[in-house]
Amino acid sequence: MVAAALAEAITYPAVGAELDIEHVSHAFDIDGAVLPVLEDVSLAIKPGEFVALLGPSGCGKSTLLRLVAGLEKPRSGVLREDDIRINGPHPSRVVVFQDPTLFPWRSVWDNVALGLEAQGILKSQRQRVDTAIDLVGLSAFRKAYPHQLSGGMAQRVALARALVNDPKVLILDEPLGKLDSLTRITMQAEIVSLWQRKGFTTLLVTHDAEEALFLANRVIVLSDRPARVKADVKVDRPYPRHRGDPYLADLRRQILGLLGLDATW
Amino acid sequence: MSTYSVSDASAAAGQAAAGVSPGWLEKLRSGGYGAGLATGAAWLAFGASCLYWEDLGDWSRTNGVAIGAFLIAALALLGTLGADFLGGAGVALRRRAPWLVALGSFLTLWEIATAKFGWLPLPFFPPPQAIVEVYTDDLPKLFNSVIASVKLQLGGYIIGAAIGFLTGVSIGWSQKVGYWVHPVLRFIGPLPATAWLPFAFFTFPSSWSASTFLIALATGFPVTVLTWSGVASVPNAYYDVARTLGAKPSFLVLKVAIPAALPHVFVGLFMGLGSSFAVLVVAEMIGVKAGLGWYLQWAQGWAAYANMYAALIVMSLLCSGAITVLFKTRDRLLVWQKGVVKW
Repeated sequence: MVAAALAEAITYPAVGAELDIEHVSHAFDIDGAVLPVLEDVSLAIKPGEFVALLGPSGCGKSTLLRLVAGLEKPRSGVLREDDIRINGPHPSRVVVFQDPTLFPWRSVWDNVALGLEAQGILKSQRQRVDTAIDLVGLSAFRKAYPHQLSGGMAQRVALARALVNDPKVLILDEPLGKLDSLTRITMQAEIVSLWQRKGFTTLLVTHDAEEALFLANRVIVLSDRPARVKADVKVDRPYPRHRGDPYLADLRRQILGLLGLDATW
Repeated sequence: MSTYSVSDASAAAGQAAAGVSPGWLEKLRSGGYGAGLATGAAWLAFGASCLYWEDLGDWSRTNGVAIGAFLIAALALLGTLGADFLGGAGVALRRRAPWLVALGSFLTLWEIATAKFGWLPLPFFPPPQAIVEVYTDDLPKLFNSVIASVKLQLGGYIIGAAIGFLTGVSIGWSQKVGYWVHPVLRFIGPLPATAWLPFAFFTFPSSWSASTFLIALATGFPVTVLTWSGVASVPNAYYDVARTLGAKPSFLVLKVAIPAALPHVFVGLFMGLGSSFAVLVVAEMIGVKAGLGWYLQWAQGWAAYANMYAALIVMSLLCSGAITVLFKTRDRLLVWQKGVVKW
């Protein structure tokens, strides 16, 4: 693979950050009523770990990600990145959202360059943009505008836009949720290989148990809203994994059971 | 609206590709030259109608107009035969042929109805040659009026657009600014700018500065409101993305909010242009003793109706020209929204 060869030629600081989530609770005010979304969530994530957050839809998984990203502050509890308290967004923790949210007025190249431009280092580091675009295999589309891209391509651009910053933590908020199943399978494999090469800590929100097991070292099962940690499942299997692996199938059955869906199995 | 759309150009290109292949003989047989021949005929008729009957009044340019019409007829016929060899110009000619036919026929009718038989009451409906006479004999005055109008309009429009844009961005971005500016905007904005005329003409040192103020006011309101709504409707997700990538507030305004709001801003600029034309003409008629509005007023005062029509034609060319320039600028600046937003 061209992308793989290129990635090897350019070495990134392969250090993921450690994340500590300590007794975090959060709530929203909706029309005067308080809606609790997270209740006393504690998690310790080791550098370079790939953790999937799995839970029923609307349970507060994405809120937890927003707290880790620093886009919101928790009502109580503390979040730390490498023992430094998270107080706001920082380019070392980059989010890939469910919608690619590319800026439609910027070409693919300019979208990927966004982070470096915002940090004022684009002029001296332009080649990083090219490298990131090559990494997701879109070199031919540098000058294309977002409306000319397919859903999968747009999500790849969003991934490149995140990776160009050399994040220590990559936060994935159901990034494959809206893709067709074939593109999804390809991109799952790509995410694993990017994570293996770069070594960043990855936090993935998904409601697809199979996806979580295929990608992650650890699957955190969350309860219904307000979200509490229901189970912390180690997925001790080497990569590349196989979807038909009986070990994974067994874990999947257990996890679906925890989510109250065992009847479907 | 379609006159200004980009799709026209591509349609023309498509026709060009289709129009090159068949030979001229084939085309003659299939009647492909019909529109071209009709164009020639219509303009010949116009020229002939000028010469055949005696003029009812005393107009000095009748012969000149006839010669001009014959010239256009000749060009149309030549162009019809040579369209295949004229490249882009030939294609454009072919596309516009039906309009040229209509124009030639209209002028013929107009000529007959006014100069020759007086079916339309004469001083109020001057014949084509009377209007041509204005352009040849009163050119300096008309030209000075155009310059005065363009200067006034451009100055007021640029000031109004700039202030409107800055105000719109500030109230869209900052709630504090919005708190103070929004009620003022609500109270003053819907007032037609012309209602300020009396106020403006005694407050400002000159009628020129008063008119500039009025034009700026007429432009500023729609630009402010639409810029504001554009900035306010930028999805929060855009800001989230930029913030996680390390963007500071200035970056969020300049590189996220403003580009995202630009399509709205252009709608505001377009609306502002329309309402500022109205103010320009009124201001020139009432206060400023120069410009096309004043020329119109003057022509009417002297019952010089031909001058009035001549000025109206120039004015409409200028206004539609200004709008075309605005649309072209927009298409250039907003290539990215091709197929995303349409208005």
